[in-house]
Amino acid sequence: MTDAPSRPNHDDAILRVIGVRKSYRSGGGLLEVLRGVDFAVDPGGFVAIVGQSGCGKSTLLHLMGLLDAPDSGEVRLNGERIDDLSAARRDRLRNTCIGMVFQSYHLLPELTALENVLAPLMVRHGVLDWLQRRGEARERARMLLDRFGLGGRLHHKPRQLSGGEMQRVAIARALVAEPRVLLADEPTGNLDEASGGGILDALCELNHRDGLSIVLVTHDAAIARRAARVVRLTAGRVADA
Amino acid sequence: MYKLLLCWRYLRTRWIALASVVSVMLGVATMIVVNAVMAGFSHEMQTRIHGILSDLVFESHSLSGFQDPQWHMDEIRRAAGDQIVGMTPTVAVPAMLSFQVRGQWLTRQVMFIGIDETTHAKVSDFGGFLQHPENRRQLSFALRDGGYDTADSQAAASGEQGPKRPALESAGWPHRKMRVAREKLWRERNGSRGDPAGQPTRPLDQQVDAVLAATSVAEDPAAPATGADPAAPATGADPAAPATGADPAAPGTSADPAAPGTSADPARPAGRKDPFQTARPEQAPTMDPATEQFTGIVPGIGLASFRDSDGVDRFLVLPGDDVKVTFPTAGTPPKAVSDTFTIVDFYESKMSEYDSNFVFVPIAALQRMRGMVDPQTGIASVNSIQIRLKPGADLDGVRDRLRKVFPAEMYAISTWRDKQGPLLSAVEMEMAVLNILLFLIVAVAGFGILAIFFMIVVEKTRDIGILKALGASAAGIAGIFLGYGLFLGLVGAGVGLALGLAITWNINQIRAGVEWFTGQRVFDPSIYYFFKIPTIVDPWTVAWIIAGAVGIAVAASVLPALRAARLHPVEALRHD
Repeated sequence: MTDAPSRPNHDDAILRVIGVRKSYRSGGGLLEVLRGVDFAVDPGGFVAIVGQSGCGKSTLLHLMGLLDAPDSGEVRLNGERIDDLSAARRDRLRNTCIGMVFQSYHLLPELTALENVLAPLMVRHGVLDWLQRRGEARERARMLLDRFGLGGRLHHKPRQLSGGEMQRVAIARALVAEPRVLLADEPTGNLDEASGGGILDALCELNHRDGLSIVLVTHDAAIARRAARVVRLTAGRVADA
Repeated sequence: MYKLLLCWRYLRTRWIALASVVSVMLGVATMIVVNAVMAGFSHEMQTRIHGILSDLVFESHSLSGFQDPQWHMDEIRRAAGDQIVGMTPTVAVPAMLSFQVRGQWLTRQVMFIGIDETTHAKVSDFGGFLQHPENRRQLSFALRDGGYDTADSQAAASGEQGPKRPALESAGWPHRKMRVAREKLWRERNGSRGDPAGQPTRPLDQQVDAVLAATSVAEDPAAPATGADPAAPATGADPAAPATGADPAAPGTSADPAAPGTSADPARPAGRKDPFQTARPEQAPTMDPATEQFTGIVPGIGLASFRDSDGVDRFLVLPGDDVKVTFPTAGTPPKAVSDTFTIVDFYESKMSEYDSNFVFVPIAALQRMRGMVDPQTGIASVNSIQIRLKPGADLDGVRDRLRKVFPAEMYAISTWRDKQGPLLSAVEMEMAVLNILLFLIVAVAGFGILAIFFMIVVEKTRDIGILKALGASAAGIAGIFLGYGLFLGLVGAGVGLALGLAITWNINQIRAGVEWFTGQRVFDPSIYYFFKIPTIVDPWTVAWIIAGAVGIAVAASVLPALRAARLHPVEALRHD
């Protein structure tokens, strides 16, 4: 479980970024956030990306989650380049292959816990399709919420839940679509130690038991140590720790 | 699926957006009410206009008219007979109607229209506008023995409370006898000086009652045959005897068929007794007004009455009263002649332009008095032929066919719509302008929706980012807001529809409520001659209004939806 970064076979990597650069326009000048990042996630791997605030780790995560496009470089999923796909196919990949968890949970406030978990499936299916699959999807969502100890809070709105509960709902939502890789952006950032620990335990369990590939972004070295591999991001480049 | 769910949730949780559709709702409701009332007015007006006018009017330009109406009718039938249900000749001339009210003579400018009472009811709804039930069935220019409606029969037929007309209770022969008796007493009292129609004093009234009481005993139907001798009308000193002769159930008894003038009436079917011919004043200088009448006329109710603010009709003259009419003779130059007529009924088309302008008279009498009868052939001229077409016939088509046959220099052929063209097009114009203005209100509401939607998009920026992170497409995000706009439009239009229909269907109760609350007359029956506000809800109009309102709501959500769709997911997620 400890580090020792093995040389991954390129074709084996589930997610790989090659020479990715990204800069933002800020004020008058150009702020270069990522200056050629190379980095891969093996199937079933648990990678933590650490670095100081503003070093570009969230940006890297957004690029991997196809929420943003790199200025140059490639993002590959199972060896296929995905960053230059059409918007529709990227939407599709985001929906089916990538699960995301955010620091501030990002649940939809109008929907209940159960509906939030179901949201990716609702996005995937049209109305008629959804009506056919609704029972199955609900069953699955209920199971996930049960697994995270939220069986009794299915019909609560996010504002009625605690931070830890919200984050567990968010993880359930990320998992309901059965993604290939889970991207977590400071999932414990807004939580106290106990809740944060619970979330980390859940992530580790997912990695161990279900073999889910996880990329975890954090600034906290203690949290990063729970990951199988830690990637340190400094000045827009990877400095393997 | 998430689009529907989110639309629904936004609809249920965002009351401010519902506030934005209140204006849509009010706009829709107002448009429905205004259109229903305008359509009601317009329809009511058209029925009234059409009620008194026949479908097609065939007129000569000259007041003297054209000769041989039968030949013209045959020609018309030859040109367009397949479309024609009925025709009747009429003579219409401008005239002055004078009557005496409380000692002073009132003169009104009228259109004096000679009609054939047997056929005229077949070309227009004229018959239905009369005040005596028997006349509605078949018009007679003989004065009826009472039984005139004391309430608006057209209103009663539609289940409404029309204006009350208690004065018509005594109309007919009872009124005539009472008046004659009163005038006689007045003359006896004041010698032959004085004003017979002046306001009688109370004791005089009592004397009149006494005289009438004597009359009514003699009128007892148990003794109907007493001395109905038309050859002896001079027994005016005894009011009881001649009263029986005036029984309108047997008009022939008072009408001497041998009276002069019958022969000069070629339009009448031979052998038919004509009640109004007996009473021609120049032939009957000794006639007894208590038993005989002059030529009957039917003036519009608006000429003889006015409606007070309580909706009660007050009558200046009643059936049974005599009036003078001055009209031009045929020939050049026309000379004015006057004659005395007896009002036998009123017609009420509820179109005040007609009700206060038209006076109907038997066509034969008018032709004779105007000298329109050819002394050699005995054929009378007419100046107009009223034509009734089959239901659904092409008015303009038939008109154009007739125009081809008859030279335009001689004849004016027009449909009833042509006759009231300016009025009808003014109403249509009014409706169009009102609709444009009201639709602008709804369009303004659209800008309200636009502003509120932009607010909602800003407020929901993070949610949009989340949905994009979950894989929602830009089109899907836009769909949420377009769908939301559609929902809001439907809600606004739906509630507006319900409100508009509720107001429309209860508009008269609402009017009554407002009048009760404010003490102000909102809808004055003396102005409109309607007893209630007419409304017609046209489903197509309603459908267009709703489609327009929903369309505006959707159109207003297009810009915010595009903005939402274009949001960058990362920036959207960072948004607080």
